[in-house]
Amino acid sequence: MAALTMTRPTVDREHAVRWLRSNAVWVAIVLVVVVDAFVINNFFSVSNLRVQLYAVTPTFVVALGMAVVIGTKGIDLSVGAVIALAAAIVPIALSHHLAIILLLLLVLVGGAVSGTVVGSMVAIARVQPIIASLSIMIGLRGLAVIMNGSADKSVTDPFITGFGGGLWLGQPRMAYVAVVLALIVAFLVRRTTFGRSLTAIGDNREAAQLAGLPVRRVLILVYVLCGVLAAIAGVMITGNQGQATPSAAGMSFELFAITAVVVGGTPLEGGEVRIFGTAAGAVLMQLITASLTQEQVQSDYLLIVQGAIVLLAVYATMKRKLR
Amino acid sequence: MQEDPGSETPAGNVLEVVDVSKRFPGVTALDQVSFSLRPGEVHALVGENGAGKSTLIKVMTGVYDLDGGEVRYHGEPVTFRNPLEAQAAGISTIYQEVNLVPLISVARNLFLGREPRTLGLVRSGAMKAQARAILSDFGVDVNVSRPLRSLGLGAQQMVAIARAVQLDARVVIMDEPTSSLERREVETLFRVVRRLRDSGIAIVYVSHRLDELYEICDRVTVLRDGKLVAVEQMQTLERLRLVSLMLGRDMTSVAREGATALSGDHDVDAEKVLSAHHLTRRHQLHDISFDIHRGEVVGLGGLLGAGRSETARAIFGALALDAGTVDIDGVEAKHLSTSKAIKAGVVMLPEDRKAQGIIPNLSVRENIILAALPRLSRFGLVSDSKEKEIVEYFITRLRIKASSPEQKVGELSGGNQQKVLLARLLCLNPKVLLLDEPTRGIDIGAKAEVQAVIDELAREGLGVLLISSEIDELIEGSDRIVVLRDGRVIGELTGDDVDQDTLTAALAATPTDGEAP
Repeated sequence: MAALTMTRPTVDREHAVRWLRSNAVWVAIVLVVVVDAFVINNFFSVSNLRVQLYAVTPTFVVALGMAVVIGTKGIDLSVGAVIALAAAIVPIALSHHLAIILLLLLVLVGGAVSGTVVGSMVAIARVQPIIASLSIMIGLRGLAVIMNGSADKSVTDPFITGFGGGLWLGQPRMAYVAVVLALIVAFLVRRTTFGRSLTAIGDNREAAQLAGLPVRRVLILVYVLCGVLAAIAGVMITGNQGQATPSAAGMSFELFAITAVVVGGTPLEGGEVRIFGTAAGAVLMQLITASLTQEQVQSDYLLIVQGAIVLLAVYATMKRKLR
Repeated sequence: MQEDPGSETPAGNVLEVVDVSKRFPGVTALDQVSFSLRPGEVHALVGENGAGKSTLIKVMTGVYDLDGGEVRYHGEPVTFRNPLEAQAAGISTIYQEVNLVPLISVARNLFLGREPRTLGLVRSGAMKAQARAILSDFGVDVNVSRPLRSLGLGAQQMVAIARAVQLDARVVIMDEPTSSLERREVETLFRVVRRLRDSGIAIVYVSHRLDELYEICDRVTVLRDGKLVAVEQMQTLERLRLVSLMLGRDMTSVAREGATALSGDHDVDAEKVLSAHHLTRRHQLHDISFDIHRGEVVGLGGLLGAGRSETARAIFGALALDAGTVDIDGVEAKHLSTSKAIKAGVVMLPEDRKAQGIIPNLSVRENIILAALPRLSRFGLVSDSKEKEIVEYFITRLRIKASSPEQKVGELSGGNQQKVLLARLLCLNPKVLLLDEPTRGIDIGAKAEVQAVIDELAREGLGVLLISSEIDELIEGSDRIVVLRDGRVIGELTGDDVDQDTLTAALAATPTDGEAP
């Protein structure tokens, strides 16, 4: 696609470069898919799609929340620990024979409370987001392990395992849920006053404050949304594995999520949220992981490749200075 | 502090700036400005916003390259590539904000980078003893082992000065050193300044407080709009003349026939739309009270640093007050915050358009509607058609020039950005407009348009508080001018008194008894 625009003499080069910079992730996906189609057997099969979707969905759900937080010039490192918290709540609720709807509600409240704490630190006490969420990231995982006890607990409830492992029309149920969540978040960000306030805050917090926007409330809600989405991902992961492992569940997910957001072209400077770019970022990283694993590339090399992609993505989204 | 015989050049100047120009895209910050500094003098550098003071300081200390002219130090042309080189050569700058490391000890700050050492280890005992001796010399008696930030601002400033002098400075540049000091601390500072002067060090002293200038300075250089206006002996220069030099009486020689688009003559209603009572904030505002009536433009007069912006910000709830109340439409506003102020009908156009006003990456449409979002939305949603209607109305009414409502505001000219911000305020249906430098940095055409809008709004019955550093805009635009100095109301001009001479006289007046200088 890029080659096409470059060969047309009427399109000036700067324009093409700018287009490429902001859509690099899609171009990269196309390239990877084309290469994989030749290199990997049965790449375009229903079963392969299923495998990839299982792997990418929880990361994507977490990344959705992360994209919104990053849009406010923030960051949330606590999402992995929120996944652990969700993993701890599920078996406890099941052992008390709680109705499934109450169980889900409890998990979401857990994510929301964690988000409220981080958000309040950021919005009211003006703690830097990285520090505020780091403290919760560390503390919350400890809490989750204490709640659960040292041994992993198996989860056999059909709803939960179905949520994480079941299929609809041959594809993972949780992927459909993720699509619905993505549409909801995209609607929130693009259409509501909440979404427009949060990008304004990310772009220029002082101006947003002086324009009378409820800066604190919006910031807290952003972290609540991120926590709730991470909690949903926690239920997906627990159901998928059929067991609750708070000591390991969601480990490093904050980094996967940030990677997806950044690779998807959302600038870390705030002021912009790219939902579909984030989806593309998550998918690209998953495709590269899958391709290289299938080609038996050692995981150490895989990490180097992933690091290089993150670097390229950040470089591509660096803002050209406005006047 | 040994005397350097080389500092006596034929011209007797330790530092000279000759015909220096500095241009930025679209602005000439310095236009062939010259400045000279003799050893053992305190030389005031004054001028209003945009006069070029900071640029001149940055030229002397190697922050900026020159676009013309030269800097001479001890009679030799020099080019400092960065502030470090200037410092190494003996030119130290003490900024308004203390540039030291707050968390480490006073003694270590004083010796940072050149601690007394034995075999690479810091001799901390010796360092502390020396630090104590040096500081007590400067009239600062503190525990030098405590972190710097535990000191008051005045004491911190003194540590910064002591450090500069220890670095064998021949020239010390002080940029508004007293802006956050108590009177007692100012006196200590002045004692130190006089001592430095007597030992042959040259001092550049930047301040807006006239009384301080007359108290401590020997000569004064006045800049205006990037040009050198005057160099005078402080003691023989009348206050009134100094103020008129700073403000520029002949500044309207621009082809506008001395007229702004403001009329300053409105049918003022008897009804008060806003009353400020006893606004007080430590160091900044002292017991400020005034009223604004419906349909009235009240100007806030004063030199830079008089507390004009702070007053507007306090009324708008963007600056916390230690005491004082604001009545809006006769109702006392409790625990004022910006969103409450907006709800009550008070809106503010902030002074710094880029930092406090526009959201550069959002569109013209999004920027205009931003503040109105909470009141236009239902269940968090805004109707597209309603939004479009409002945005189009204001784009037409204020003649905002953008390629489309979807263009990013960061790409517009300054004048159009300002109109977008005005539109943002107007779609809130305000009762009171607080305008802080509404026409700063925009071209003449856009300026007249913005002024015409302000005039029209007042005619429609809004109360307007106008802050402007341009004296003709203030005089022609205002029905009444409240004059501030050092955060206090020092006078009020009404009716026929609203003219340049009366305002200049009020600004230059010597403080009366009971009013701290």
